[in-house]
Amino acid sequence: MSAVPVATPPPTHGPAFWRRALGHRSFAIGAVLSLLLVLAALLSYAWTPHSPYEIDMELKLLPPSGTYWFGTDAYGRDVASLLLVGARSSIVVGVVAVSIGLIAGTAFGLLASARRGWVEETIMRLADFGFAFPAILSAIMLTAVFGPGMVNAIIAIGIYNIPTFARITRASANAVWSREFVLAARACGKNAFSITMEHVLPNILSVLIVQATIRFAIAILAEAALSYLGLGTQPPQPSWGRMLSEAQTLMFQAPLLAVFPGIAIALAVLGLNLLGDGLRDLFDPRLARKR
Amino acid sequence: MSIFLFKRLITLVATLIGASAVVFLVLEILPGNAAQILMGPDASPDAVQALAAKLGLDRPPLERYWDWVSGMLTGNLGLSYAYSTPVAELVAERLWLTVPLALMAMTITSVIALAAGIYAAARHNKLGDVGVMGLSQIGIAIPNFWFAILLILLFSVHLKWFSAGGFPGWEEGILEGIKALLLPAVSLAVVQSAILARITRSAVLEVLREDFVRTARAKGVSRTGTLWGHVLRNAMIPVITIMGLQFAELLAGTIVVESVFYLPGLGRLIFQSISNRDLIVVRNCVMLLAAMVVIVNFVVDLLYASIDPRVKASDI
Repeated sequence: MSAVPVATPPPTHGPAFWRRALGHRSFAIGAVLSLLLVLAALLSYAWTPHSPYEIDMELKLLPPSGTYWFGTDAYGRDVASLLLVGARSSIVVGVVAVSIGLIAGTAFGLLASARRGWVEETIMRLADFGFAFPAILSAIMLTAVFGPGMVNAIIAIGIYNIPTFARITRASANAVWSREFVLAARACGKNAFSITMEHVLPNILSVLIVQATIRFAIAILAEAALSYLGLGTQPPQPSWGRMLSEAQTLMFQAPLLAVFPGIAIALAVLGLNLLGDGLRDLFDPRLARKR
Repeated sequence: MSIFLFKRLITLVATLIGASAVVFLVLEILPGNAAQILMGPDASPDAVQALAAKLGLDRPPLERYWDWVSGMLTGNLGLSYAYSTPVAELVAERLWLTVPLALMAMTITSVIALAAGIYAAARHNKLGDVGVMGLSQIGIAIPNFWFAILLILLFSVHLKWFSAGGFPGWEEGILEGIKALLLPAVSLAVVQSAILARITRSAVLEVLREDFVRTARAKGVSRTGTLWGHVLRNAMIPVITIMGLQFAELLAGTIVVESVFYLPGLGRLIFQSISNRDLIVVRNCVMLLAAMVVIVNFVVDLLYASIDPRVKASDI
């Protein structure tokens, strides 16, 4: 089944793309929120209002004020500074875990699509099998053996991402393999590897970018949950998930402590999801019209 | 149907065998000596060896794997290292909390999501649709354990309607039990219903564009009549698939939410067993959760085929 040709395909890069992008509500809001997340993490390397590591019991559980914008925690540390530094953990886990899933998953998906037959069948059955282990479950297995820590959390979330990317890559790559220009390339004598690299991969890149953005959001949620359980980022490195678990024990004295880190996680995830939705509409306007 | 069922059954069994092999490799072979892990790094080699012999860890791995698998089939999961009680008893006790919790969460998810999704589709591009979609976007972004904490803040700390955690046990009465599981179930359901509402909405919109819907309308069937009589059954196919995946997510989500509410369920048992280095309990619980995920997806496949006969035809 071939797609109906579009008279003038929309630009996917260059100034015209950016003009369209900035006018797209989801993309614009998502881009601003995602940018804020990255800026918060970058800013924390150069400046934080106070030290996020310094413990001063005299300053514990102060309410929000001009000096301590979001108040202080049970150890007298500035919550605003902890939130800024906590953005780093989310970004590092998200970027590395999604990269593991993206690289391995795309490689398997491309291989399945190029080889077909039993190779495709095997890879896809293995991918189905991967769905039996949600991120938390694989993280728990790794933690039980190797102990808690950020690296194990990253590996667990990364492995969990591989089947998703493999499936999406294979489905999109199969569609490209049935196009006329691939037939032409084969007629010219090109082998499966060079067709994959020169024709298939560039044509499925937009799908992968959209998926990577959405998986990034899911990775942030998974990291927060693991850190909340004490299985992810370890002290003294601040993380939003662990801030929430510490705040939970103080809900009667300082309820606000349980609010700010959650808002930070929700805004980061919301931003990335909106960015992913926006990118999908911009890359494939037919889809946007249908929705 | 029989060939379809047979193929699916083979896949189910193969997946379960594969999953058990992975769980066994990661939790039994990879750690090296489970007795050493259990006793800590400072234990004397003699003591470690004695415990390893007592637990049967000195036997060949394949024999141990076979014992474990055959034990699972007969309900004999071995003894917990930490509690010295049969793992099967520990797990069965905890399942009485986790399964009702997941079922309650799934029921809440389905009710909210189907109502919101159908409502949004019926008001496509109107204020109601935009509102539901905006809310669902926020719902997807909220971590379930944070929502759980917010629910505790509102209903337990401020309003004092519910206790902030714990479970009285079913013997205290079903209503008391349900009351204790309500906040955890709602916090699990909020994210999943946001996702499912979006899927329901787009599935309904997709079917609304079909020719047979136009024909029904042309024959004089009302909008509501078309929606309930023709659209919903057809729109349910993608919705049920996602619901299967979501039930799996809910089961995994119980690990976190049970910790928030201090509920003595399967998730909390896994979590405590990690702290106790009780690998045999972790192994059996992880396997049980993975098996539940696989079996739920198998059932969804069958449901899928019974709703849409084309699935079977294409598979044979």
